[in-house]
Amino acid sequence: MIPTPFHARTEPICYSWAWEEWAGYIAAQMYELEHTHEYHAIRTATAMFDFTPLQKYHVRGPDAEKLLDRVLTRNVKKCQVGQIVYTVWCDDEGKILNDGTLSRLGKDSYRLAANDPSLAWIRDNAYGMDAQIEDVTEEIAVLSLQGPTSRDVVNAVIAEDISDLPFFRSTEATIDGSPVTVGRAGFTGDLGYEIWLNPDDAERIWDIFIDRGRSYAIKPSGTHALDVARIEACLLVADIDYIPANKTMFEVQKSSPLELGFNWLVHLKKPYFVGQQALREEKARGPAEILVGLDIDLVGLETIYAEFGMPMHLPHEAWSDHTPIYSEGKQIGKATSGTWSPLLKKYIALARVKPEFAAPGSVVDLEETVEATHRRVKATVVKTPFFDPERKRA
Amino acid sequence: MKASYDVIVVGGGHNGLTTAAYLAKAGRSVLVLERRHLVGGASVSEEIFPGFIYSVCSYVISLLRPEVIQELNLAQHGLQIIPLEGTFIPMENNDYLALWPDEGDTREDIKRHSRRDAERYFEFEEMMYEMAYAVKPILGMVPPDLVSPSLRDLGTLRDLAKHLKGLDRRKLHYLTKIMTMSAADFLAEWFESDVLSATIAGSSIIGTMLGPYSPGTAYVLLHHFMGELDGAFTAWGSQKGGTGAFSETLASAARSYGAEIRVSAPVDHVIVKNGRAKGVVLEDGSEIEGRIVVSGCDPRITFEKFVDSKDLPDDLVASIKKFKFRGSSGKVNLALDGLPEFPSAPDPSINDGMYSIGPSMEFIERAYDEAKYGWYSSRPFMDAVVPTVRDPSMAPPGKHVLSLFVQYASYDLEKSNWEDERENFGDAVVDTFCEFAPNVKDMILHRQVVTPWDMEQEFSLTEGNIFQGELTLDQLFFQRPAAGWAQYRTPIRNYYHCGSAAHPGGGITCGPGRLAALEILRNER
Repeated sequence: MIPTPFHARTEPICYSWAWEEWAGYIAAQMYELEHTHEYHAIRTATAMFDFTPLQKYHVRGPDAEKLLDRVLTRNVKKCQVGQIVYTVWCDDEGKILNDGTLSRLGKDSYRLAANDPSLAWIRDNAYGMDAQIEDVTEEIAVLSLQGPTSRDVVNAVIAEDISDLPFFRSTEATIDGSPVTVGRAGFTGDLGYEIWLNPDDAERIWDIFIDRGRSYAIKPSGTHALDVARIEACLLVADIDYIPANKTMFEVQKSSPLELGFNWLVHLKKPYFVGQQALREEKARGPAEILVGLDIDLVGLETIYAEFGMPMHLPHEAWSDHTPIYSEGKQIGKATSGTWSPLLKKYIALARVKPEFAAPGSVVDLEETVEATHRRVKATVVKTPFFDPERKRA
Repeated sequence: MKASYDVIVVGGGHNGLTTAAYLAKAGRSVLVLERRHLVGGASVSEEIFPGFIYSVCSYVISLLRPEVIQELNLAQHGLQIIPLEGTFIPMENNDYLALWPDEGDTREDIKRHSRRDAERYFEFEEMMYEMAYAVKPILGMVPPDLVSPSLRDLGTLRDLAKHLKGLDRRKLHYLTKIMTMSAADFLAEWFESDVLSATIAGSSIIGTMLGPYSPGTAYVLLHHFMGELDGAFTAWGSQKGGTGAFSETLASAARSYGAEIRVSAPVDHVIVKNGRAKGVVLEDGSEIEGRIVVSGCDPRITFEKFVDSKDLPDDLVASIKKFKFRGSSGKVNLALDGLPEFPSAPDPSINDGMYSIGPSMEFIERAYDEAKYGWYSSRPFMDAVVPTVRDPSMAPPGKHVLSLFVQYASYDLEKSNWEDERENFGDAVVDTFCEFAPNVKDMILHRQVVTPWDMEQEFSLTEGNIFQGELTLDQLFFQRPAAGWAQYRTPIRNYYHCGSAAHPGGGITCGPGRLAALEILRNER
């Protein structure tokens, strides 16, 4: 594993020694021994994440738009300069390969950011086109600042005033004389900004954020806190909520974007994109499963634990063991990740169920294991995202 | 405003608002009348000094019943509890004890004081956790009336007996001890480290005019362990924006169900005709009709101010006269230019914003001694929180609020009065805190001192008792506030009480408010 350009700063404060691998990089799971304070920083102050491991590609040239419009399910022509869009891409069978953000830097210049490497796939699709695809992952360090005070923090650090930067837009700016790109986006469903910067400036800029962010209770945070927040915001993660189609040989493990609630990202009417035909057919017959949010019944859960003479246990860390969902004894889907939401005071999960059970209000049974004993607890299908504050867009 | 309501709730404290929300949710037309200019009672946040928000009285949330959060959907109305974990306890010999959020760190620190206690501490926590779980059903129970038990009361007693019988011998044994012993004696059975015992004993005296060596304090300790945050017992937290923001969530929930809330509307008395409540008269003389009147105020106000004693039986009047208030605590709120630094800390920059000033059992007991004889502690015990470490919304950027819960301060001053002594008391508090964190002295931008007398004057808490009456065994469960009247009813028909002076008692539990509402609805059936 390789350290990120912030490692000299993150390593000494990672008191938990809890690191994980993220696309080949070393990423902190949490800095403290528990992720609690880091989670609450996302919702009450500012959490600062090292997002450098994002795979970043610079796509440019006269055919850049054409290439991206072919690979991505969204209509890239509609993406304006300075805009960021969230998107997915699929294989020819319409099975999802990955998700990420595309930001348009200029007429013929884009940056694509994804969780997983996709360079080979995009290059293969560029055959015969006048477009260059460059992996710039190592040339750009990324800090993500998330939370209600993040605008104050970014304004305290950046020379320009970014107060008016709209949601999912980006702008060029400077920090202490160094050029950076500020994008108003994130993976927490909260007000937040991503700062893309030169790795040579990484340690200096980290220090500036920590120093000036102190007044706004900034807190370096890791993936465990992020995981709780992203479930509240109903944001999916590759390898957890779906398996990228190029990472498995087995059809049963592949998913379509229509099954994952990504319909709004799939522009079936545009002339062409990879997987379009398959997705049109799937749309016509209806997807086999649909992504839903579950609100798990606490009274029922408490009753199950009481059978064992125990107080109810709530999962304070997000789980990602795929868990069966039943209705009238028959399996009708699976939950892919879940967590106790300290903010919403609800036990929530992301799940995929057969379409007839996907309407809000529908009640299903989720498997719950207590003391290695199988039980089932009621869960209600609810509207997603679970948490969507006004400040995210305001 | 309408001229007539199904229910008038007098007092917009957290319990009054809870009752109002439940009754409005059940379809009743509800009016809440609050004397002050804002709702919350003793759960208020106010910008006393520009830019700084003080949780003027109550400052932490832990005992809040989880069923209230769910049933009133409080999370949707702004409930946001930030956990407070760990405490830093500076000692007089320049040493310290640190209880960290993490078990391993805590164990290592206790080891410096006693290797034996480092193990015992976690067994103790486990035991208290079990005790909290064991008494949990009692907290959600309407106390049975032992004076003239109804069929339902007999059923409750049977359930209670069955529940207690279901506890194993060990748990019953501990429960008996907790219900009868002093905190100091109880803790001495567990620990050899004085500083550790004293730190835990801090929770045993809160709001009570008793020292850690007084019998009955072990129960107060348990009362503070019964909190349940996100499914974990004994957890503490603070509301984003202060406790007043929590009251606002309750008010928002109540309004969402249709309740009306009027502030700056002090009630003079309750209209009683033929032994039945008919409405209220405000201090300005205006009358509002109500089929049911609920008082969220303490028993002195509910039974002595709002109604005429001729409408009440003599034994109740006598009981209320004897009901122990005996306020024992004060509150000092400071606006600070920076964070406190403790020279004894291993690293002054490690600052989670929670400190306890009570380094030894003797320190706390001596603080009590002075109050016992009608004064205030010259070196008081303090539970200190800097909420702005995690919640920057309560102070300007880079500034902080230091909340000091102080004990002891007698309501009745022997040789003076609180108006003359208020600032002297404030000085004693700041001086004592600065013995341990000297940098605070030069960082104070503003100071607010709240004495027991102020709590009575401003917050209608008789004798400044933060729980609307002491949490001693003789005033709990079916005896809270008086035997025969623990079921939220009063001798006056359709006149109820729902404050902390009812079961399950004080602290931001919202338990009395909820149970009173359920009882009112049940009586209507």
